[in-house]
Amino acid sequence: MRLQNSYAIEAKNLSVFYGDNKAVDEVSFGFKRNKVTAIIGPSGCGKSTLMRAMNRMHDFVPSVKVLGSLWYEEEDIYDQKANPVLVRKRIGMVFQKPNPFPKSIAKNIIWGPKINGMSKDYTELVESSLKRAALWDEVKNRLDDSALSLSGGQQQRLCIARTIAMDPDIILMDEPCSALDPRSTASIEELILNLREKYTILIVTHNMQQARRISDEVLFMYEGRLVESGATKQMFESPQESQTHDYIRGKFG
Amino acid sequence: MQVRMVTNSVFKGMCFISTFAAVAILVMLLYHLGIKGLDHLDVDFLNNFSSRRPSRAGIKAALWGTLWLIGLTGVFALPLGVATAIYLEEYAEKSRLTQFLEINIANLAGVPSIIYGLLGLAIFVRYLGFDRSLWSGSLTLSLLILPVIIVASQGAIRSVPLAIREASFALGAQKWQVVLFIVLPAALPGILTGAILSLSRAIGETAPLIIVGAVGYMRFVPQSPSDDFTALPLQIYDWASRPQSGFHDIAASGILVLLAILLMFNLTAVIIRQKLQRYSS
Repeated sequence: MRLQNSYAIEAKNLSVFYGDNKAVDEVSFGFKRNKVTAIIGPSGCGKSTLMRAMNRMHDFVPSVKVLGSLWYEEEDIYDQKANPVLVRKRIGMVFQKPNPFPKSIAKNIIWGPKINGMSKDYTELVESSLKRAALWDEVKNRLDDSALSLSGGQQQRLCIARTIAMDPDIILMDEPCSALDPRSTASIEELILNLREKYTILIVTHNMQQARRISDEVLFMYEGRLVESGATKQMFESPQESQTHDYIRGKFG
Repeated sequence: MQVRMVTNSVFKGMCFISTFAAVAILVMLLYHLGIKGLDHLDVDFLNNFSSRRPSRAGIKAALWGTLWLIGLTGVFALPLGVATAIYLEEYAEKSRLTQFLEINIANLAGVPSIIYGLLGLAIFVRYLGFDRSLWSGSLTLSLLILPVIIVASQGAIRSVPLAIREASFALGAQKWQVVLFIVLPAALPGILTGAILSLSRAIGETAPLIIVGAVGYMRFVPQSPSDDFTALPLQIYDWASRPQSGFHDIAASGILVLLAILLMFNLTAVIIRQKLQRYSS
């Protein structure tokens, strides 16, 4: 089976179970290369669960089972032969709450490339990654300070910089702004729009206005199923399904 | 209303008296020790071996014996304890067997130290033929503190947030890299606290050392782990149990030395912890 060229990653009949509970129900979707795709839906609709399946983060929870396939670079990452560590090198992730390592700012950036044996000029890598995450000017004089001394918004941009330092193909973002104030949220959103040129970005968000502001494509989920997907403008202006319509108009959720 | 106010002050007063009593007893103890022991506490006391005459007796053999014991015990117990904790927390599947293991380890922490002495006598002194050497002494003390180190390390490892583990996995880390480079450093302050507290306990142990054959009277400093040894608590015990009052005074000096070592030990722990926590607060 070959991946259609415009897709960076494609789910085929992907289901995720927590024990017997089906959290994601046979979702099939192709995420377009160099686009920002937002996954929206009310709490508990399975959007985060779907995203965490994309880089095999469910591997660490014994009760979770994933069925179906997920195609990335002509390989099903849920195939027996697939190596989840290699997958995670290429598909980075930014989490809901900023989670920098309790190390210095510089070490946070270097850690990933270092353990993966990418021999590089680390000073240069720290600078370029922080610049691309729009954090360089704020921290350039305190690279050896603890990452935990940064504000929440700065910490989240550091986490993005840390992900970028791995030079991934795809960046997964699981409600990256939900713990941040509006000003930090704005800076992260601007950053996401800039990162689109180089990376494929998937973002889970609770905030419909945010999805509207930053995404090219929207995927609406409800009770584990993919209800509707399409270009952002069309999804917000003329949704086909009544559930999508009701959710976007704020009738439930 | 009135009654409740009175109850409040009575309760507060009782708590204060309890605290005061504990501190007062400690101060009295130190004062008592100071009066008796400070006179003899000089460089000669640290540099002389024990003697039949209290005025010439010193604590050199016991001091070095204790330092040897602590060093060796730390070298044996720390890696073993931390590695066990890592296995139980990070790798072992949550089965009946591991549950059984964990309950037993927790229970072992409460076993009287003299039982460990008997175990050490049977295994290290007799079976493995280490005789009454530092090997036997320190291995026995290692057994004694191992459960405490394991339990403390498990707690510290468990308290490392899931979020930073996930962050490291998401950067393409292998399990061992996450454990060694992220979890362990984050857990280190807690692990060291447990280790130092348990080593402090080992410093004060007397019973198991008597059983494995530490000597009370020794006129040389151990040169290697296969040498005979004595330790501070034993030397103090030996002096305190003699009839002449002169020995009672130097026993007090010995206690002051032991307390000083414990204090330095705990101070080091505090300093190390603060250094390590620089990044995590």
